[in-house]
Amino acid sequence: MRLVRSSLGLAALAAGLVLGSSATLAAGDAAKGKQAFMKYGCWQCHGTMGQGSPITGPKLAPDPLPLEAMSTFIRTSRRTMPPYKVEVLPNSDLEDIHAYLSSVPKPVDYKTIPLLAE
Amino acid sequence: MARKDSRPEVSRRKFLAGVAVAGASATAAKAATPGTTAADVKRLPAAVEPMAHQVAAETAVPKDMPHLAGKPNSDFMVDVIKSLKIEHIYSNPASSFRGLHESLINYGKNVMPDFITCMHEESSVAMAHGYFKASGKPQMMLCHGTVGLQHAVMAVYNAWCDRVPLIMVGGNDLDASKRPPGVPTFHSAQDIGALVRDFTKWDDMPVSAQHFAQSFVRAYRYAMTPPYGPVLLSLDAGLQDTPVDDAGLYIPRYVASAPPHADLNALREAAKLLVAAENPVIVVDRMARTADGVKHIVQLAELLQVPVVDQMGRMNMPNTHYLNQTASAQNLIRNADLIVGLECRDFWNTVNQWIDNGEEHGHGLRESRIKPGTKLITISSVELNTKANYQDFQRFQVTDIGMAADAETSLPFLIEAVKSAIPGDKKAAFEKRGEALKKAYQTARERQRQTAALGWDASPISTARLNAEVYNAVKDEDWALVTSTGNTSGWSERLFKMDKHYRWLGSSGASGLGYGLPASVGAAHANKALGRFSVSIQGDGDMMYAPGALWTAAHHDIPLLTVMHNNRGYHQEVMHVQRLSNRRNRVASLGKTAGPIGTSIDSPNVDYAGLARSMGWWAKGPISDPKDLGPALKEAVAVVKKGQPALIDSVTQPR
Repeated sequence: MRLVRSSLGLAALAAGLVLGSSATLAAGDAAKGKQAFMKYGCWQCHGTMGQGSPITGPKLAPDPLPLEAMSTFIRTSRRTMPPYKVEVLPNSDLEDIHAYLSSVPKPVDYKTIPLLAE
Repeated sequence: MARKDSRPEVSRRKFLAGVAVAGASATAAKAATPGTTAADVKRLPAAVEPMAHQVAAETAVPKDMPHLAGKPNSDFMVDVIKSLKIEHIYSNPASSFRGLHESLINYGKNVMPDFITCMHEESSVAMAHGYFKASGKPQMMLCHGTVGLQHAVMAVYNAWCDRVPLIMVGGNDLDASKRPPGVPTFHSAQDIGALVRDFTKWDDMPVSAQHFAQSFVRAYRYAMTPPYGPVLLSLDAGLQDTPVDDAGLYIPRYVASAPPHADLNALREAAKLLVAAENPVIVVDRMARTADGVKHIVQLAELLQVPVVDQMGRMNMPNTHYLNQTASAQNLIRNADLIVGLECRDFWNTVNQWIDNGEEHGHGLRESRIKPGTKLITISSVELNTKANYQDFQRFQVTDIGMAADAETSLPFLIEAVKSAIPGDKKAAFEKRGEALKKAYQTARERQRQTAALGWDASPISTARLNAEVYNAVKDEDWALVTSTGNTSGWSERLFKMDKHYRWLGSSGASGLGYGLPASVGAAHANKALGRFSVSIQGDGDMMYAPGALWTAAHHDIPLLTVMHNNRGYHQEVMHVQRLSNRRNRVASLGKTAGPIGTSIDSPNVDYAGLARSMGWWAKGPISDPKDLGPALKEAVAVVKKGQPALIDSVTQPR
């Protein structure tokens, strides 16, 4: 689930918000979402806590995109991340994944971590 | 080629050993051997009663190998090798070079070079590869010319793509009428060089001792003329054993060729464009081979206050310098009006990008990274020595000025041309640009560190945390990160303070797996003599290609800290399968593993600490909790400082 925050990606995202999926999405279950996050391989590029990687995919958590926006990108991505159609990733699992990402706590200020503050 | 009648043929055909001794003595008359000379033989009266050893020679069962009177050619070959001050021979033993092997350890006393026992020829090559990049000194690799070279081939391709010199010698028994039947004949070929000719600079098949001397020195010189590269000599088994029979033998003196610098007119044009540009960017990749290379790129950047993007084929631009703007590479390249590429492995991909998605009938999207009208300049040595078959020259990119030359050699000339081209009224503009870059550097640094804090306490351990912990453990040593495989998302170059050319040696060249561990061992071998502390971050998939290199490190007392980036999979391949599954609207099947079937290394998990201990290493792990990593690294560093190798198995996030 590579959310590329380029201008092109945001344009696609905006279009998706207007024209996007017709299904109404609901709040999911964070515990199930963690399992789904692993099952669908999201963690392989974005890390088990959605922390992201400068190489394989940006951070998803904490503070993920709003559910509708995230769904639109996931369904219609034309960037490096392959789109996940509903046949591959059902809406219910996507909702749970969003709930999991929303549950990830914020990181501490790096200045409080001695190894990073130097 | 020329196998004389002095060796196995005699024993195999059960000739009397005495006949063999007499024949060999006559052949070797010009080469004195302690205890037996041609003159002594001639002085023997014909009617004298035979001595005991003569009786034995005529009546006893022949020995397998009749004693060879005189100095064998392989001794002379050792003299040739020693003349070039080659320090080590990385090798797995083989019968096709037994003559040279024996001479190396007995005649040559196993000193300069000494024989480093390797478990696989691919590891032999990778060790020599790593050794060179740490020391700047080419080493030798000795193998069976057939099965051994076949093992070595991928690593040779890595060295070729990484433009690293390597002196390879492959044993081969050419004379079909004399060579032993069975396995030695399986292990013989007409032309072993054909196996690697597409990705070596030169090869030869000497047919005499003098030919060997000339070709060995020539091979060394070709390998060491930029662009560097591997070379191969096919060494006939018979030639090794033939007695030296030429009193006029000599060893050619080695004189290095001057490296090729760029055309001065082209450099002057490039300098004018650099000075005139509003938003120039310098992109460096496999440029700095030495401390001078780093010094000169810093000098050029400071002269113009130009941002430098380091693609890390080598450690070119210190990341402690504010003009290292690698963190802002995308924006800089997008806004540049001039880009200068220095020894870029893939300049097309520097100014374009390819997105692997289902667009264009599955061929993916190709997009320009630069704005129209951006001027492009390159200095690259690849064009000086390239071949057609293997595609390491990458996609073709049109440039405004292209210089086929060695960039490191060319930089001092470019600097002088730039100095001459700078008008007095430009200096204020350069200073203003520099001030903006200082601020951008600080902003990027803070952004990176906050990003590193994401998932800081995650288990498995985040790759940012892994790198931060490893750097913290070695920062007080004169450290060198000799390899990093398995991809830790570039956190090494962000979190390690890379301020000297040996802090980072670059990657494998061709991304062929099986490089990381043996190249680390080779680099650590060099660093041992240089007093540097060697550390590597080792991917698990890469490790499993060549675990035998663990034994070599322990056996030869090579101090090295290896920290596993154990993500339990071939992560590079995970997304390929995932991507194709998605395009085809299928859920990627995991089977019993964490990643798509075929991409994981779990069920069972590999015990890397146990593996290392079994081969004489100090080791600890697996470690999944990040808070346990620092203390374990501290113990490991203490072990390495005592001169032994140590491994920490850290279980990590995929990237």
